[in-house]
Amino acid sequence: MKILVVDDEADVQPLFIQRFRKEIRDHEVEFDFALSGEEALEYLKEKHSEVILILSDINMPGMSGIELLTKIRHEYGAPPPVVMMITAYGDEENHRQAMQNGANDFLTKPLDFNLLKEKLKTIIP
Amino acid sequence: MHVFYFIAAFLLLARLNKSFADPVLKLKWNQTITYGNLGIGILFIVSQIAVDGAWQSVIGVLTLAGILFYLYKEPDFSPFNFFIQAHYPLVVVGIISSVVQLVNIDFYGKWSNYFDFAILGAFGWIYARWISSKKQRQEMMVVAARNAQLDVLVAQRTAELTQQKNELQETVKLLQATQEQLIQQEKLASLGELTAGIAHEIQNPLNFVNNFSEVSMELVDEMGEEITKGDIEEAKAIANDIKQNLEKIIHHGKRADAIVKNMLQHSRSNSGEKQPTDINALADEYLRLSYHGLRAKDKMFNSNMITELDPALPKLNVISQDIGRVLLNLFNNAFYAVQQRHKTEGDSYKPEVKVSTALKGKFVEISVTDNGTGIPDAVKDKILQPFFTTKPTGEGTGLGLSLSYDIVVKGHAGKMEINSKEGEFTEFLIRIPV
Repeated sequence: MKILVVDDEADVQPLFIQRFRKEIRDHEVEFDFALSGEEALEYLKEKHSEVILILSDINMPGMSGIELLTKIRHEYGAPPPVVMMITAYGDEENHRQAMQNGANDFLTKPLDFNLLKEKLKTIIP
Repeated sequence: MHVFYFIAAFLLLARLNKSFADPVLKLKWNQTITYGNLGIGILFIVSQIAVDGAWQSVIGVLTLAGILFYLYKEPDFSPFNFFIQAHYPLVVVGIISSVVQLVNIDFYGKWSNYFDFAILGAFGWIYARWISSKKQRQEMMVVAARNAQLDVLVAQRTAELTQQKNELQETVKLLQATQEQLIQQEKLASLGELTAGIAHEIQNPLNFVNNFSEVSMELVDEMGEEITKGDIEEAKAIANDIKQNLEKIIHHGKRADAIVKNMLQHSRSNSGEKQPTDINALADEYLRLSYHGLRAKDKMFNSNMITELDPALPKLNVISQDIGRVLLNLFNNAFYAVQQRHKTEGDSYKPEVKVSTALKGKFVEISVTDNGTGIPDAVKDKILQPFFTTKPTGEGTGLGLSLSYDIVVKGHAGKMEINSKEGEFTEFLIRIPV
């Protein structure tokens, strides 16, 4: 399962790779990263069919996570990728906006990786 | 004609007696003058009875001359010198006429009319002088009275002005105290705006510290498993990862530390001393703080942040928290301007705030540009005035830019320039000498 992580903080990358060390080694999951919404869209142009799950930060300079979500829902319909939004501001307004724009789930920073792994199991049949 | 000498002498003493303004002097001389007048009377009678002709004139002239000489010697009479001197012509005429009478009585008899005329003239001169001087003295008295009035007025006005001056000094002191308070409030207000940004900026590195710590603990367990299994290569790879994670933990710990230190500096009331400061780091940090501060208030807000920082920039000798405050203020304004424009134009508009630094000759140039609402020409002159704000009541103190200007221009001998076009962009250009 290919997962795209969108976050402007580069340090989330080694974090994900180490947290999913076993899963990556066993080829259960594969990670790709984008540092901005724009970069994520560029990436999706080529590989949207491979990506099963997109994890995106909301609070990024330039294109926000919500905008990215809206664009993904607009442009990549079949099959729709699962999109989970992540934000440091775990508030109602962001949650509402994310859900309204078609997010499948909503995670708050600091990320609880065990919870994320549980959620992944529901996605992988 | 000799009677005129006695009359003149008598009237002189009588006049002097009346003219003393000082009651002590008047008392002192009253008796002497009375005796003098008595003496004049006796001499006159003696001259009438005992002698005749030229000798009568001689006694009269000598009486008058004697009195004049006496008065001339007495300093108490010096204020009346003008009057005493008015008698001199009469004495001169008297001496001449007496001598002529004694020497050549025929000649005198022939020309007596002229001598009489001269005596009358000299006698009249005394009173003409007296009258004219009286006029002068009256005028002087009027002037003196007016002067006295003016003195009183001046004293009154001086008292009023002194009081006003004291009141104004009090007011100035009060104003200075108020200004000091307002500056503190402005600092607190900007700190308040910062708080959310700081919370975010600290939360992020803290998350990393927590996450990397947790994952490292897991990795240690895994490394143990690999060693048990005998896969030393894998164990080494894990150990390497752990080391990298610890470096990340240190990096993010220091990041949080720096933010807290800067926050403390920002809130410190006394401005610090000038020290070499990395302007690029300062600009980058405050740009992010400002951005997250605004985002915390308006979750829907978003903006592009562009930094074009000249890596060759020398360290600047500045009061870093003051320059930080200037930058924060400019960034806050920039983000506010793009936020306002975003509200009116909607999602088709792409907010953008840019900070660039460059070394231009002997100046470091810091430019803060936004593509927000711009500054209308009508308010361009006013934006540096204290208390001028375009924000709704209660949202802005109106002191941000005026304080910034003071910090740059007065505090650092720098320059601040504003370029703007309404509806398009605003650029604040700061130049600080190296």
